Amino acid sequence: MEGLNPFSLSGKSILITGASSGIGRQIALSCAEMEASLYVSGRNVNRLQDTLDSLSTHSGCHHKLLVADLTHSDEVNNLVAAVEPLDGAVLCSGIGLTLPVKFASQDKFKEVFETNFFSQVELVRLLYKAKKLKASASVVFLDSIGGTHDISAGAIVYGTSKAALLSATKYCALEFSHRLIRVNCICPGMVETPLIHRGTVTEEQLHADMMRYPLKRYGRPEDIAYMAVYLLSDAASWVTGQDFVIDGGISL
Amino acid sequence: MELEKFIENFAEQFDETDASEITASTNYHDLEEWSSLVALSVIAMVDEEYDVTLKGDDIRNSKTVEDLFNLVSSRL
Ligand SMILES: NC(=O)c1ccc[n+]([C@@H]2O[C@H](COP(=O)([O-])OP(=O)(O)OC[C@H]3O[C@@H](n4cnc5c(N)ncnc54)[C@H](OP(=O)(O)O)[C@@H]3O)[C@@H](O)[C@H]2O)c1
Repeated sequence: MEGLNPFSLSGKSILITGASSGIGRQIALSCAEMEASLYVSGRNVNRLQDTLDSLSTHSGCHHKLLVADLTHSDEVNNLVAAVEPLDGAVLCSGIGLTLPVKFASQDKFKEVFETNFFSQVELVRLLYKAKKLKASASVVFLDSIGGTHDISAGAIVYGTSKAALLSATKYCALEFSHRLIRVNCICPGMVETPLIHRGTVTEEQLHADMMRYPLKRYGRPEDIAYMAVYLLSDAASWVTGQDFVIDGGISL
Repeated sequence: MELEKFIENFAEQFDETDASEITASTNYHDLEEWSSLVALSVIAMVDEEYDVTLKGDDIRNSKTVEDLFNLVSSRL
């Protein structure tokens, strides 16, 4: 039956950034489960190694670890040089920040945009330019409902960085279609990862927020990983330039 | 770091509450205007003015403005 399942990632080579934690880590685990060969990237070597050690390895699959701080251009260049042409890339690195508008000074925007927007677009730009994305490859950005589908107090800096990324997704999708490369983004609501437990809001407040979700829980990294697997697979070969909201119904 | 100045900075985060209502012994959780957004503003103000990172729990566990002042002072 091998090769007949359009949802399989068998034979595909995929780069996953932010693979040392949270959603990126789970996407790596799920892609390996679906028989892809992976490059897992992140900054923290120990946690990245832990992801690598947890990946299932089907026959014919090889996984590699690539450490890179994506806000450093030399490290991004090294990363691009180190990968063989890819069938897919999932960009999961990102940081959060909660700040009311009156404290959202330009340096705060710069810090967050550097990670959540500039480094994302730059990596994809360089992969495309260096022809490291094969024809028909699939690129997936980890966006957010923040800034587009959801406007919450205190989220201006994070939300605008994600709104910019959503917009960039569409430009990349249009231009990269010349090589039949697809570019989409996933917009999750709150997902249980270290990113939402930064302490700015208390656990009690988080719990109260969670109860506002129609499906009565925050997301699990798996909820997001399954969409990433779909977008990377041949089952999604006519899907491009879209933002996929997965949020337990909170934006309804 | 001065208590007077801290109270002034703290009071600035409110729009409807008059600064005269806020003293060192004010239990800020009891103020009518107190909200999660004001709490975020206080955290951001402390970061900007004193370069100290407060957590949501610090705001919850402290009672009076002076409690918070003491906490920030201890982390300078
Ligand atoms: N959790 C949510 O509720 C939620 C909701 C919507 C969207 N998202 C988005 O989903 C993505 C993943 O978030 P998460 O929840 O999984 O967060 P997380 O657990 O905090 O993981 C963030 C990842 O980003 C990496 N990273 C951060 N800065 C980096 C840099 N400068 N260079 C390279 N890697 C960097 C981290 O690497 P190291 O740990 O190795 O430093 C880590 O692997 C983010 O884009 C986030 O905005 C999350």
